[in-house]
Parts: sequence; structure tokens; C-alpha cells
Amino acid sequence: MQKKRPNRNGQQMRGNPHAHELIAPQHLSDVLRILADEPNEWTPIAGGTEIMVAHAAGRLTSKRLISLWNLSDLRFISSTPDNISIGGATTFAEIRRSATIATHVPLLAQAASWIGSIANQSRATLGGNLVNGSPAADSSPALLAYDAEIEAISIRGTRRIPYASFHTGYKRNALAPDELLYAIHIPLRFADHKQYIRKVGTRRAMAISKVALAATAQLQSKTIQEIRIAAASLAPFPTRLHRTEAALLNQQLTPEAIQFARTALLSEAAPIDDIRSTASYRTRVAVNLLEEFLTSLIQDRPA
Amino acid sequence: MSNWPAITFNVNGESHTVSVPPIKRLLDVLREDLHLTGTKEGCGEGECGSCSVRMNDELVNSCLIPILQASGTNIQTVEGLASSEHLHPIQQAFLQCGGAQCGICTPGMLMASTQLLSHNPHPTLDEIREGLAGNLCRCTGFIRIFESVIAACATDAKEEAEPERTANAR
Repeated sequence: MQKKRPNRNGQQMRGNPHAHELIAPQHLSDVLRILADEPNEWTPIAGGTEIMVAHAAGRLTSKRLISLWNLSDLRFISSTPDNISIGGATTFAEIRRSATIATHVPLLAQAASWIGSIANQSRATLGGNLVNGSPAADSSPALLAYDAEIEAISIRGTRRIPYASFHTGYKRNALAPDELLYAIHIPLRFADHKQYIRKVGTRRAMAISKVALAATAQLQSKTIQEIRIAAASLAPFPTRLHRTEAALLNQQLTPEAIQFARTALLSEAAPIDDIRSTASYRTRVAVNLLEEFLTSLIQDRPA
Repeated sequence: MSNWPAITFNVNGESHTVSVPPIKRLLDVLREDLHLTGTKEGCGEGECGSCSVRMNDELVNSCLIPILQASGTNIQTVEGLASSEHLHPIQQAFLQCGGAQCGICTPGMLMASTQLLSHNPHPTLDEIREGLAGNLCRCTGFIRIFESVIAACATDAKEEAEPERTANAR
């Protein structure tokens, strides 16, 4: 018997399993056909670490769900000398177990270790993390710093979207109603870049970011030749800090340049106050993380 | 309501088939349909780990798994740890070290510990902390739980040295 305890708004605090349809087609092509035939009718569910939470709380509005969990076509990690590709339904546990990812895209391996707990990592998928589009998404800053691309798939074919333009608003993205996130492609041209990632949360495990920063940069004779800086929880969606990057590009890392970059970050950060932190704390920590990264560039530089 | 499709999976080595709504949580199927009430519900949102079980050798929160996605899987719950009258070494260790008080988190702690030790038989304290980081206890303060896991490793090492004497306990 399903418990039915109304909350203060008169809504059910518990989801009613009888109110939702869930199907699990065997093949990706079947899922794509259904999404194309009945657009906006079906909500994809992979590991369920977001959707099942909403369901349990009686907040799941989607009546019809289509499972991606067992689609082997969406679960892969493959690499060439130039690129690593990760299927959308690949779990963070699988990402953490991949020696290729640990070696070639260490920022993503580090971010994967920060996702929830071991039990969450067994189920949460990279594609789910990105499509859900939380401003605090753990995998996003690393993927932005590596200039990753999304590959979307539908019965119409596939197309590539730079990850930096994937998020279009708070919890909104560039996918069409008939599209799924097929894969994330990460170019492997950052091996000789300095790489940085840090997440600040309430505790080391299970905490959602108050703020997080990831960055890659290439220096030549003390001058920044190339730089990417990305943040979680500083905007309605994970984002590159373009003004901060512009303030640093082709600059020598003097104390004045670092101060200038701090000011640039302050000018473009747009965090909010919420249950986890305040806007002012987030901004303050973000500029400190930026300074930590920039200072490490000077200190690490071989003489 | 039995017009739902039949879903078959293994729990602790036994095959089970249920006809329930496909989004029904594995946790509720275990407790309500299979009467395996060892698995507890804490937060119901994947934060506390009380409902942890192992599914195809991965640790999962059973409150977040729609039963349809458990179709064809092998699930181990806390009921699958002990064999006949013999506690599993991890259970014995929790008992001896005071790793359990009220008991709500204990089945989840045992499953998370089992998961950890299955691929890392001699974890460091940091690895134990990480392995159990998704399991909250509001009684013990965690130290005795960590000590229990360490003690279980010692038991395992002893068993490896003397397999014939403790073979029944496994």
C-alpha cells in the first residue's frame, strides 16, 4: 500500500508508482524512434539519481519515462591518439575505473570522484549530469576546460555541439525534443597544459558544490598563450569565464595581471544565494581559487 | 493489479519474479513484495545509504532504482551476507567492535563495507572513509564503524591463513 501523506501544499509527499509508465526498449534505435514519433511525451531516464529522487518526493511531473540504462550503444569509453569519447550513459564509476581517463583527462577523473557517493557513482551517468544541467554539475567545469564537444543523436542523424554552448539557460540545453546526448568528445591536446580543478563544498563526500573551478592553460616564457577557465555555481548554468580568460590571454603573470584577472572574474560572476551558500561567499571563493590556479602557474613553471 | 509486466531478477542467489509498476523502487519491492525488510529506508533520496544493496557487484541505493532497471540483475541484500547460523565476518566485526547502535544504517554500512572489501581487501583508513562516505550514521560517530571494517580485514587475513577452520563462516 502506497503511503499518502499530503504536505502543506496538499500535494503527495510520496510518488505514486501507478501514475508513471516506464519502458525499456532493447535498442537505441527503438528509443530514438519513440522520441521522434511522440515528441515531448517521453522523459529519458538513465541511472535515475535525479528522476527517482523527484519521484520519491512526489515531484516527478513526467508521466511516461523511457529507460536508457541498458543501452550498450550509449555506454562506452573509446579513444584515439587525439580524442577520448565517452557514451552518454557511461557511469561515473566506469569513468573512475578508466585508466585512459585518469591518464589523459585527469580533471574529469577528479571530478567524477566528487560525485555523491560510491553508490551514486554506480548509477549517475555523465550524460545525465550534463542534460540535467545543474549550475553546480560536478563534471561540467572539467569538460569546459578541455573544450569538449557534445554529440547529439536522433533518427535524423547525429550532430556536434561545442559543450560551451550546450547549456542555454537554467536547466535548459540545446537538445531537440527527439535528441539524446549520445557522447562527449574530449580532445587530447591539453597534455602539455597546466591543469587545475577544485571544488568547495560543505564536506568532501556527498556535497553539492558551493563553487568549483577548473582550468587549463599553456604558457610560453611566462606569457599565457592559451587559457580556459570554467566554473560551477557562478551562473545559471556551468560556464566558461570568458572575460577572465580575455584579461589573462597574452599577459605575463605579474601580481598586477593576477589582480586584473580577479577584477574581471568579479565583473562576470553571477552567483545566487541559496540553501548551500551565498552569492558573496561564492564570488569570494571563486576569485581565491582563480588566484590559487594562477599562482601555481608561476610556481610550477620549470626554470 | 497484476496486469503489469513480469520482472525477473536474482536476490541473494534466488530468482524472483514480480508484477508491479515498473517504476516501483527496488527498495519497496525488496521490503513489500519479497518481505526482505533488512534493507532500510532512510532519506529516500540517495543521500544516506541506509537502503544500500549490491547490484551486479556495484553498490547502489535501492531507493533510486526503478524495478524495471533491476530486471535480469543479481542483487545482494544484507540477508545474503550470513550463511545459515554463521554471521559473515563483516557482521561479526560490527558486533564485536560496537559498529551498530540503533541499527537503521547498519545494513547499508554492511553492504558498503562488503562492496569495498570485495575489490580492496585491505583498505587504508582513507579508503574506508571514502567507501562509506555515502552511508550516514547518527549514533556511533563512525569511529567504531571504521574500526569494524578494519577488524573484518584482520578476520579475513586470518581466514586466508586458516581456511579449513573458518570455512563454514564464509
